[in-house]
Amino acid sequence: MNADPLLRVENLTVAFKSDGNLIPVVDGIGFSVPRGRTVGLVGESGSGKTMTAHAVMRLLPSSVTITSGRIAFDGIDLANASEPEMQHIRGDRIGMIFQEPMTSLNPTMRVGDQIAEMLLLHRAMSRRAAEPQVIAMLSKVGIGSPELRSAQFPHELSGGLRQRVMIAMALICGPKLLIADEPTTALDVTIQAQILELLRSLRDALGLSILLITHDLGVISELCDEVVVIYAGRVAEQGPVAQVLGRPRHPYTAGLLAASPRRSRRGAPLPAIPGLVPSPDERGIGCSFLRRCPRHLDCCATITPPLDATTKGSAAACWNPVE
Amino acid sequence: MTALLAVEAMTKDYPARGSAGMLRAVDQVSLSLEPGETLGIVGESGCGKSTLARLILRLIEPTSGTVRFMGTDLTALSSRALRPHRRNMQIVFQDPYASLDPRMSVGSIIAEPLDIHGVGDRQARRRRVTELLDLVGLNPAVADRYPHEFSGGQRQRIGIARALALDPKLVVLDEPVSALDVSIQAQILNLLLELKGRLKLSYIFISHDLSVIEHVSDRVAVMYLGRIVETGPAVSLFDRPLHPYTRALIAAIPGTPERERTLLRGDPPSPERLPSGCHFHPRCPLGGEICLKTAPVLRLIEENRKAECHFAAPAAAADLRDHS
Repeated sequence: MNADPLLRVENLTVAFKSDGNLIPVVDGIGFSVPRGRTVGLVGESGSGKTMTAHAVMRLLPSSVTITSGRIAFDGIDLANASEPEMQHIRGDRIGMIFQEPMTSLNPTMRVGDQIAEMLLLHRAMSRRAAEPQVIAMLSKVGIGSPELRSAQFPHELSGGLRQRVMIAMALICGPKLLIADEPTTALDVTIQAQILELLRSLRDALGLSILLITHDLGVISELCDEVVVIYAGRVAEQGPVAQVLGRPRHPYTAGLLAASPRRSRRGAPLPAIPGLVPSPDERGIGCSFLRRCPRHLDCCATITPPLDATTKGSAAACWNPVE
Repeated sequence: MTALLAVEAMTKDYPARGSAGMLRAVDQVSLSLEPGETLGIVGESGCGKSTLARLILRLIEPTSGTVRFMGTDLTALSSRALRPHRRNMQIVFQDPYASLDPRMSVGSIIAEPLDIHGVGDRQARRRRVTELLDLVGLNPAVADRYPHEFSGGQRQRIGIARALALDPKLVVLDEPVSALDVSIQAQILNLLLELKGRLKLSYIFISHDLSVIEHVSDRVAVMYLGRIVETGPAVSLFDRPLHPYTRALIAAIPGTPERERTLLRGDPPSPERLPSGCHFHPRCPLGGEICLKTAPVLRLIEENRKAECHFAAPAAAADLRDHS
C-alpha cells in the first residue's frame, strides 16, 4: 500500500476580496488524510473549516480564491488543477456529502436517476446498465425496498433517508476519498447515530478515507482517527483523537471541551470561553486566540505561535500550552 | 406549595396536509411546574415540544385541555382578560436572527413590552432598559444600536433582556442555545442559570439537545409524537431511564463513552399515520405482543417518576429481572 497520505494540504491560504484587499479566511492551514483513515476538521462558525473543505473540492464562491498552498491528492495538485480536471475528480475520485441533503439533491428528479447520473457522467454508462448498480448501492447504504425508493423523489423521503441517498450518490463511482461536510448536523440524534454507524461500516467495508467537517466534538470522537482543531482560519491543534480530546494542549481545545455541558458538572456554571471569535479582518499579528485566552503571555501578541509537535504525536500552536 | 403552572390534558389538532383528516401535534399532555423550578422538555423534531410551548403561553389556541397559571385558568379567559397574565409569562426563541425586528434599535426592542403594557413614563423605561442590558451582560451604551451589529450570542442576550422587561414569573425558553456555537452556548447557559437564581424565575426549557437539558433541568419530560413518554427528576431520569425511547436518546448522544448503542430502527412515523397500540412500537427494541394492540398510559413507576411503557418497572424490580 502506498505510504503517502491520500490527501495532503500544505500551507493553504484562502482569501476573499473586500474593497480591493485580500482578507484571508483560511490562513496557512496544513494537514493530511492518510489512506483508510478518517480525519476530522473541527471548529466553530467562521473558523474556516468549511472554506478549507470547499477549497479541496475547488467549490469556492467566486469572491474567494486560493492565494497560496498545495492540495496534493493522489499525485495531483488540486490547488492548480483546471476546472475540466476537477470535474473528472469530483464525484468520481472524491465523493462529497453536505449538511442538508434537500438542497444538494435535485427536487425534480427521482433519486435513482440522480444516483445513476454519476455513472452516466463518469463511466459513460447507459441508464439501463446503471440500474443494477444503483439498486445495489441503495441497499448498501441501508435503504430497504431499494427498487421502490429508487423511483421516489427527494421530498418523499425523510431527512435520514435523503442523507443515505446522498451517501449512495457520493460513493457510487467508488471514490477513494469522501468529504463529509456536517453530514449529521441537520438530523435528529437517533437518526444521526444511524448515519454515523453507516459511515463507519462503509469506511471499513470499502477502505474509504474520510475528511469530516463538523462543529461537534462528540461526532469527532465517534468517527475520526485524527482531528484538526481550527480557530480563526489557522490550525490550533492536531493529532490523534484520543490524544487531542483526552489531553488537549491548546487552551482553545481545552476551552471547547470544558464549555460543553457534561454530567459531572450538572447545573454548575460552565467554564465558558469569554468574548467572540475575531472576524477575518480583525485577526492581526500574534495569536488570534489571545484575547480569549486565560494562559496568554506577552509574546502571544507579537509573534504568531507555530504549530509545534509534542512528544505524544499531537501538535499545538501555542506559546504556553496546557501541560 | 401550589404549582405555578399546571397543564391538564392539553391537545392540539391541525388539519392534515392534502387530506380531510387531522393530525395531532400535542396529545393529552399534562405537566406542572413549581415556583423556582426548571422543567426541561426534550424530544426530536416534530415531537410537538414547540407547539406545546406556544399552547402554554396561549400564543395558539388548544383543541382541548387547560392551562392553569398562578391559579387562573388561562384557557377560559378572553384575549383581553388574558393580557395582565401575559406580563408574568414570557418566551425566548431559538433564532436570535429572526426574532428581533431589524428596523428597531436594541433599546426600543427591549422597551417594547413596557410600551405595550403601559409601564412607566419614557424616562423610567429608559432607565429600565439600561438596567436590563446591564443584567444580561451588555454595555448599556448599545441601546441605540441595531440587531445586525451584534453576534448571535449578543442577540440572544437582547432577546433575554426583552423577555425579562416585565419581571415575569415564568420564562419559556424554546431552543435558546441551539443556534449558538459551543463557546457562546456556555456563556448563555451560565447567564440563564444566574438570572434564574437572582430573579427567582421558573423556566420551561425546550431543547433537542440532551446534554443541555440534563445540565439545566430540575425535572425532565421526554416527548415522542406529541405525547410525554417519560417524566422525572433530571438526575435519576438520565442515570436510569425507564422508557426505551429515553434510553435510545441518551445512548445516541455522540461521544458518550462505553455506551451500549441501542440504534433505533427507521424514522419516527408521521403524526398523520400513527401506529396502533404504543406509538413507539415500530422502533422499539422491547416491543411485545401487547404493544401492538394496547396503548400504554403514562403511569407512576416509582416516586416522582412516570413512564408510558408496558414494560417500565421500578429499580428494584428491574434489578431482579436483570439478575434472574
